[in-house]
Amino acid sequence: MFLMEHHAKALLRQNGVVTPKGKVAETPLEAGRIAGALGVGGFAVKAQIGAGGRGLAGGVQFSDSPKDVERHAAGMLGNRLETAQTGVRGEIVRKVFVEERIDIDRMFYFSVLIDQNSAEPVLLFSSSGGVEFERVAAADPGVIKHIHLKEIDWREPEAISEILGSVGLSGNAAKSAATVVTGAIRTFFENDALLIEINPLAVTATGEAVAVDAKMVVDGNALPRHVELEAVVSEAAVEESERLAQENNVNFVELDGNIGLVVNGAGLGLATLDLVVELGGRPANFMDIRTTAGSFQIARVVQMLIERPDLKVMLVNVHGGGMTVCDTIAEALNFAYSRTGSAIPIVYRAAGQNAPWALSIMQNRKLPFRQFDNMSQAVAAAVEMAG
Amino acid sequence: MSIIVNKDTKVLVQGMTGRSGTFYSDAAMRYGSTYVAGVRPGKGGGRHLGLPLFDSVAEAKSETGANASLVVVPAHGAAAAILESIEAEVGVIVCITERVPVHDMVNVKAALNGSDSLLIGPNSQGVLVPGVCKIGVMSTADASHGCIGIASRSASLASEIVAQTTRAGLGQSTTVGIGGDPIHGIGFVECLKSFREDPATQGVILVGELGGDEEEQAAAYLSDSGYEKPVVSIIVGRHAPPERRMGHAGALSVFGTGSVGRKVELLCEAGSVAVQNPDEIAGALKAALAERQN
Repeated sequence: MFLMEHHAKALLRQNGVVTPKGKVAETPLEAGRIAGALGVGGFAVKAQIGAGGRGLAGGVQFSDSPKDVERHAAGMLGNRLETAQTGVRGEIVRKVFVEERIDIDRMFYFSVLIDQNSAEPVLLFSSSGGVEFERVAAADPGVIKHIHLKEIDWREPEAISEILGSVGLSGNAAKSAATVVTGAIRTFFENDALLIEINPLAVTATGEAVAVDAKMVVDGNALPRHVELEAVVSEAAVEESERLAQENNVNFVELDGNIGLVVNGAGLGLATLDLVVELGGRPANFMDIRTTAGSFQIARVVQMLIERPDLKVMLVNVHGGGMTVCDTIAEALNFAYSRTGSAIPIVYRAAGQNAPWALSIMQNRKLPFRQFDNMSQAVAAAVEMAG
Repeated sequence: MSIIVNKDTKVLVQGMTGRSGTFYSDAAMRYGSTYVAGVRPGKGGGRHLGLPLFDSVAEAKSETGANASLVVVPAHGAAAAILESIEAEVGVIVCITERVPVHDMVNVKAALNGSDSLLIGPNSQGVLVPGVCKIGVMSTADASHGCIGIASRSASLASEIVAQTTRAGLGQSTTVGIGGDPIHGIGFVECLKSFREDPATQGVILVGELGGDEEEQAAAYLSDSGYEKPVVSIIVGRHAPPERRMGHAGALSVFGTGSVGRKVELLCEAGSVAVQNPDEIAGALKAALAERQN
């Protein structure tokens, strides 16, 4: 789960990480007032959403006066912000973060994450911080220093200071930056984070290190043991359709096409999506029915798809396995169609456990379906029917 | 022959008395696998599904001679259960639990290092030698004993491919689900190595997806080793929107981009046949096998 910036910074501050002075506003007027009260010469206004890529999408603005802050906040609040990392419809900005603009002397990049290859937590550090970091790092991976955390005594700022010496930080600046890095690593472990990225880590002319931006992703699987993050979780912006699906044990990603996909399993879901797109069709969603989902639960998600105004066809591609058997899904289709009285045609392909029984349910309930034996034929038919 | 498990595999089940534990143990025993014990702290001395229950893995292992464990323990306790089996030196540990916290898996991987245990999963459908041994949750309706080794990150797509290879008359030597999580036990490379040494396996199918670097590592191993058996691969998620979690946590960009295009390119360079449509896999493998024989 991606945390909003102000939540991430609040968690980091608890571990001694220095962040710019700032406050969250829900109205433009409030944003202007916060800026006025900060008593500084420059401000940053930042849209608070649960995804990155804000800078390039206009979600971060700078200004010199509280009046200007108010204007920028008015432009963001209540509107949808679409970035490379949000869903297709973007996310509604309900809060902005008004911060003091930091006078940056030098910029660094660092992140703490779990390296998938070694299955170990690592610290990445680079002297090429800022918005250009990703481009610079892609062109020359050598600018990033990789440090395996188990190889250093990261709880001691002195150990971190030493490492920072190798990227050109020394004296007070190194000491100050080491406090930020140690604090971020502690925050990483305390909160079951998958990623904390500070970019830029700014060093001011007076040698103070400040975490100007902070990205933090916590492990959704670990949330049950972090009751203290409840407030943060409840505020996370999740697309309504995806929340409903999640509550019903279905993994779901909303897309903007007209072919509804009803599929069990992540791999089969991805394979179906690939085939639809490659034959020129436009999927309305990605679906992965989890083995724990029952037919009433699946029916709720199917019903949500039926109610999409632009939906042309429902493509069912199921391989009944050990626990999700085909008839569970046939029953779900029956519930959803009888509740809505929908006539949206179903392209139906089901194999594996209980496939014959599922087919007889489809026939007996007189669902508007055409049956296919393999997924290629089914996908081709669905794409053709969707036009 | 087979890889990882065989007719001498004796399975204990951690979390056997729960709903899922009961369901999957029962199904595996009906299929003919040898299950010998259940572990459920506090229920030692009792019986379930006709098998003795023990308080600990160590006890169950020494009393019954179990050499494999199926972990069906809820997510928050799954890592502790795996660690218990590693400590008791159980040879093969299969964890089917979904949503195990990633930091827990970091500890598990550290414990596996230098141990005698092999971990499959978590979030895996398990391992199956058709007609001989099933440890996991996969459907067995369409499985048949044969000559193809299958290693997959996804259970549903693997079932599809199992059914296809059966229809094509090839059958499966062993199917292994390496799991959909970013940090997991054995990967494609270990599976490829074992399949290479297994006389029953004549060809291998890899079922990969976007994210992570399993496929990249497999490609590097295939080209470095001069792999003799034909390998057909399918990598799904070619058109998944980037940066969104698509069901499997392992397909999330936080853990590195792992684009499908790059994976396919590397696997092809390494001599694997890459297909895009799952319906074409068995055909591609048959063709590759025929080519080797000529």
